[in-house]
Amino acid sequence: MAGFSMRPCGDFRTTYRQDTRIFDTTFVRNAAILGIVAVGLIPFVLDGYYVNLFIQISYFAIAALGLNILVGFTGQISLGHAAFFGFGAFASAWINNHTGIPVLLSIPLAGMATAAVGLLFGLPAARIKGLYLAIATLAAQFILEDFFARADWFTGGSYGAAANPINVFGYEIMDDFSFFYVSLFFLVIMYVLGSNLMRSRDGRAFVAVRDHYLSAEIMGINLTKYRLLSFAVSSFYAGIGGALYGHYLGYVSAEGFTILLSIQFLGMIIIGGLGSVKGALMGTVFMVLLPEVMETGVSALSVFDWANSTAVTDGLAYIKEMAIGLAIILFLIFEPDGLAHRWQQIRAYWKLYPFSY
Amino acid sequence: MNFELLFQLLLNGLIVGTLYGVVAMCFVLIYKSTQVVNFAQGEFLLIGAWVCYAFLVEFQMPFWLGFVFTLLFMMAFGIILQMVILRPMIGEPIISVIMVTIGLSIFFQAATKWIFGATTATYPQVFDTRTISLFGMQIETAYIMSFVISLVIMAAFYWFFKYSKLGLAMRATAFDQQVAQSLGISVKTVFAMSWAISALVSGVAGIVIGMVNGVSSGLSVIGIKVFPAVILGGLDSIIGAIVGGVIIGLLENGAEFVDGQYLHWGNLFSIAPFYVLIIILCIKPYGLFGTKDIERI
Repeated sequence: MAGFSMRPCGDFRTTYRQDTRIFDTTFVRNAAILGIVAVGLIPFVLDGYYVNLFIQISYFAIAALGLNILVGFTGQISLGHAAFFGFGAFASAWINNHTGIPVLLSIPLAGMATAAVGLLFGLPAARIKGLYLAIATLAAQFILEDFFARADWFTGGSYGAAANPINVFGYEIMDDFSFFYVSLFFLVIMYVLGSNLMRSRDGRAFVAVRDHYLSAEIMGINLTKYRLLSFAVSSFYAGIGGALYGHYLGYVSAEGFTILLSIQFLGMIIIGGLGSVKGALMGTVFMVLLPEVMETGVSALSVFDWANSTAVTDGLAYIKEMAIGLAIILFLIFEPDGLAHRWQQIRAYWKLYPFSY
Repeated sequence: MNFELLFQLLLNGLIVGTLYGVVAMCFVLIYKSTQVVNFAQGEFLLIGAWVCYAFLVEFQMPFWLGFVFTLLFMMAFGIILQMVILRPMIGEPIISVIMVTIGLSIFFQAATKWIFGATTATYPQVFDTRTISLFGMQIETAYIMSFVISLVIMAAFYWFFKYSKLGLAMRATAFDQQVAQSLGISVKTVFAMSWAISALVSGVAGIVIGMVNGVSSGLSVIGIKVFPAVILGGLDSIIGAIVGGVIIGLLENGAEFVDGQYLHWGNLFSIAPFYVLIIILCIKPYGLFGTKDIERI
């Protein structure tokens, strides 16, 4: 059925090859390529504000996919993702500043360094799971945050670290316009790698560990190996995302990687859908746009007197934070499977339209 | 070696540790009876302290009246929270339950900052604050008061779970929900009541700390300090929570002593409990008093 562009209304896959395909049909693949090309045209069509938003979405989405591999696919809860994100940012800046390795190479190197740190903090995961692991990663968050503030040689302490702009064959990428394409490149690469991982033996082992770890072990999956591997992969993604963040801003400060950011990452994958590659992207888009929408909403309400009061205008930062908390709670109560599930339902509805039941 | 300072710090550690113990006890109460890990425990303290502050300062109530109203408010707050937010989450995977309480924690943290401001507010003078000397050490009466209140709360918990009918019902539910239900215990009521009691006692702890140190959003940090304490003691042991709280309090102040005298790192005391936490999790994952899970397929 390789050449079919329509999806049959049912599961008619007969070979493993069909079952492990990244794109279900050629139509979906072509649509995805077309979508990437369309996104690539954004800087020509829309103004700088949207380009900036897209760059934010891309580095957060890379880190969110890493967290989804850990939480959604392997079933291990991590509350310290922001610390790994931060470590990637500092590591890339440090490697570039101290060894002169070009930024484009220091980004994957930073990812590997972060993966090593993730392995270190993932060690308790070899023995514990669920809630205990969540608390261990919470400790990792605080320990790493403290390390960022303390390690002057690595992070510049309270002054922060300067990160050089990306340099491609002598051409310095300074403005948003060209950085947009760098971040799009990394986003596409990391998402294709992620989708590919999930259909391989390792990815299916992750899912088996999540669904029932004892059965997985009986089936010959090395639990310790896959739990640690999942931590390493997740930290690698966080490191890449963090490194992009650092080189985009040109400056990394130790204060940016708090527990609130970790929670936002978790919020992204819960809103997008646990255990879904495209869910991580959808959730990130939601989470990045939410504060922007709140801001637009509040300024649109300013025609009313009560919305002009200082309580609303000064409290905008708090209103945004409250919106994040509320979005997480409401999604968990009303749509626990996230936006990816909603997207599936919309697709299923149109596939069988108008006889959808 | 400066022994006087060490003892002074350890005494502080004991007093702070009993407060941690009380909050950890509230945390364990919720975990034991409803299997919910409450990441919003620190916000309960915050809300209790701010509501009492509002009654005392904004509405100019006498202290006892404001205190009673705060208790009533916290009780209603706990019940409503359980009914509206946590009840739909029964039977959901652990990640969802954790995330709901984390969401609540962000929400209430931001909401209290929005309503009451981000700066520290001091309570009106309720008890006189003097420094008295005890065994040759200087100690504030406010600290003694907080220590006594913590002990009273612990004694009340002991009585409640040992002799009162509701307390026995809660223990039965924690032991086996189905059996408890078949004996005519309303599991719904027990769930709601455990949140109510936890919110109420946390609120009292919040007021106590608020009276000593003033109220600010920093109060909710205690909700995070609770984790090393409960992990140390074992998640489902109330005695363990108290012991863990005291150990963490002593450890913090011990770390401050070592830091101030020898290392000069700056903030070792706030991070030391987390190092201990990781080590305990690697060596003894179920804590000192916790029950080990035995899983069957």
